[in-house]
Amino acid sequence: MTELITRARPRFGRHRMARRRGLLGFLLSVPAFVLLALFFVWPLCGTIYMSLTDWPLLGSPSFVGLENYVQAFRDGQFLQAVGFTLFYTIVITPILLVLAFGLAFLVRRRTRAARVFQTVYFLPVVIGLASGSYIWQFMWQSDIGPTTTLLGDLGILDPTKNFFANFWSAFAIVVGMVTWKVVGLQMLLVLSGIQSIPDEVTEAARIDGANAWQAFWHITVPLLRPTLALVLVFSVAGSLLAFDQFYIMTVGGPSGSTLTAVYEIYRAGFVQFHVGYASALSILLMLVLALVSAGQMLLLRNSDNS
Amino acid sequence: MTATITATSTITDQIHREMPKRRRTHVLPRAAWWVVCICLAVLFLYPIGVMLSQVTPGNVAKVTDASRGISVLQSLGNSAFVSCLATAVTVVASTLARYAFAKLPYRGSRVGFFVTLITFMVPFQAIITPLYIVLRQIGLQNNLVGVALVLATFNLPLGIFLMRNSFATIPTSLEEAAQLDGASTLGAMWRVMLPVAAPGLVSTALLSFFAAWNDFFAALILITDQHLYTLPVSIGILSAQPNFGINFGLMQTGVMITVIPCVIVYLVLQRYYVAGLLGGALK
Repeated sequence: MTELITRARPRFGRHRMARRRGLLGFLLSVPAFVLLALFFVWPLCGTIYMSLTDWPLLGSPSFVGLENYVQAFRDGQFLQAVGFTLFYTIVITPILLVLAFGLAFLVRRRTRAARVFQTVYFLPVVIGLASGSYIWQFMWQSDIGPTTTLLGDLGILDPTKNFFANFWSAFAIVVGMVTWKVVGLQMLLVLSGIQSIPDEVTEAARIDGANAWQAFWHITVPLLRPTLALVLVFSVAGSLLAFDQFYIMTVGGPSGSTLTAVYEIYRAGFVQFHVGYASALSILLMLVLALVSAGQMLLLRNSDNS
Repeated sequence: MTATITATSTITDQIHREMPKRRRTHVLPRAAWWVVCICLAVLFLYPIGVMLSQVTPGNVAKVTDASRGISVLQSLGNSAFVSCLATAVTVVASTLARYAFAKLPYRGSRVGFFVTLITFMVPFQAIITPLYIVLRQIGLQNNLVGVALVLATFNLPLGIFLMRNSFATIPTSLEEAAQLDGASTLGAMWRVMLPVAAPGLVSTALLSFFAAWNDFFAALILITDQHLYTLPVSIGILSAQPNFGINFGLMQTGVMITVIPCVIVYLVLQRYYVAGLLGGALK
């Protein structure tokens, strides 16, 4: 009997200890949970509910079922914005990918000079998208912009032209700005991918008779697949959410041709005050992003196994 | 005979041709490498030069002049407040939560961890409309604290993610040793865990600071009073002129004031920043 008690006691004590630690753990995670509940879970549920209502920002809501979604698929302006966002994503992603790989291979050496160049190429990343947009908007102003005047003096283009009034030139300027601002980050991701490949692997291929290009294409590139997936996802997710650069540099123009999906949500909710409709558009955007995330997981998991 | 002669001669020719070529391929690409790298560096730095070229004492005086409506110093203060508060909240909440998930498991902690990571997939742009209404309901509409809390929430998963390895790698025995020495669970966390987690913590702090400092969308929508605007949003107003024109000199001066703190912080703490980015992305 006494033996039983003495044996039971430490177990009982450990159990209580575990419960106390669990309680402490719960208490420690309360701040994070409060924030997530208040600013993530609640608004997320709110979005779903609001998307089913006709909800003017300052009036009282009324339930309309799936009408907002039906309207979204008939809304020419929204469909055009979705099309433009996809177009923008499809254009900028390969540009970023190729340049990121090029830059990474250019500065991959562990020398001091290469490191300085890495720092320089990465510098625009810490500048905000908004700040970058303001700078490039000024650079390409007609007559007074430093870049337009410079290229005009060289006779390459007409400096009196308004480059933001034409879709293609406005689009090219935004793509240039985003590339300048983001490619350093992608370069860094590729660099860390390259550096995680042991030198022996490529050396072995070279000893087996592969030339530099073959070693690169058959050894390095396949091993960089996880990195590739990552760079792709960063670029795709970022481009699908594009807003700042178009809001500041083109204001969605000329004539609404550079409005993006997020821009349309902003306009529906905070310019036209159709909160319910804006929520429905948000849900559609979230579905696309979820698909992208799922694709990312799939790509990364596959590469882990192989 | 002639065949063997030509054969050997071609081989030696090849060797002769190969030798100087080898050296040349060494010198030439080296020079080409420098040229390409420097040209690219000029391209990358050019926009920053354009920005700096517009910064004159007159423009600085004008953007800091509060009698024009808003002063850039006020926006600078707002930005600093939002960024510091958001960073502090992210760091504290994510460290505590991460520690709990790793070392003090309780019923439901796995679910909690999972929910946190889901936030990763949903950017706040997607739920901005209800966020606006939630902030109105709890009285934080048009309020810098509200913006900071929203930004902190959406940086939480990053923080929790970045510190994942820090806590998991510490053996529990180390913590138990600290407790045997008389420290409480919290004391053990403070003394044993925090020093080990420091690099992850610094990276988290840096990334959330940059995200908050450069945020445009949240401040644009959640703040309606222009005296409360953060720098990226106020630049548009600072550079607006009465005749609907834009004063680009003032604009670039405002941009310079926004950019300088980021560049300085980046150059000083580059190591942590890069480690954080890679850690967040790759691990």
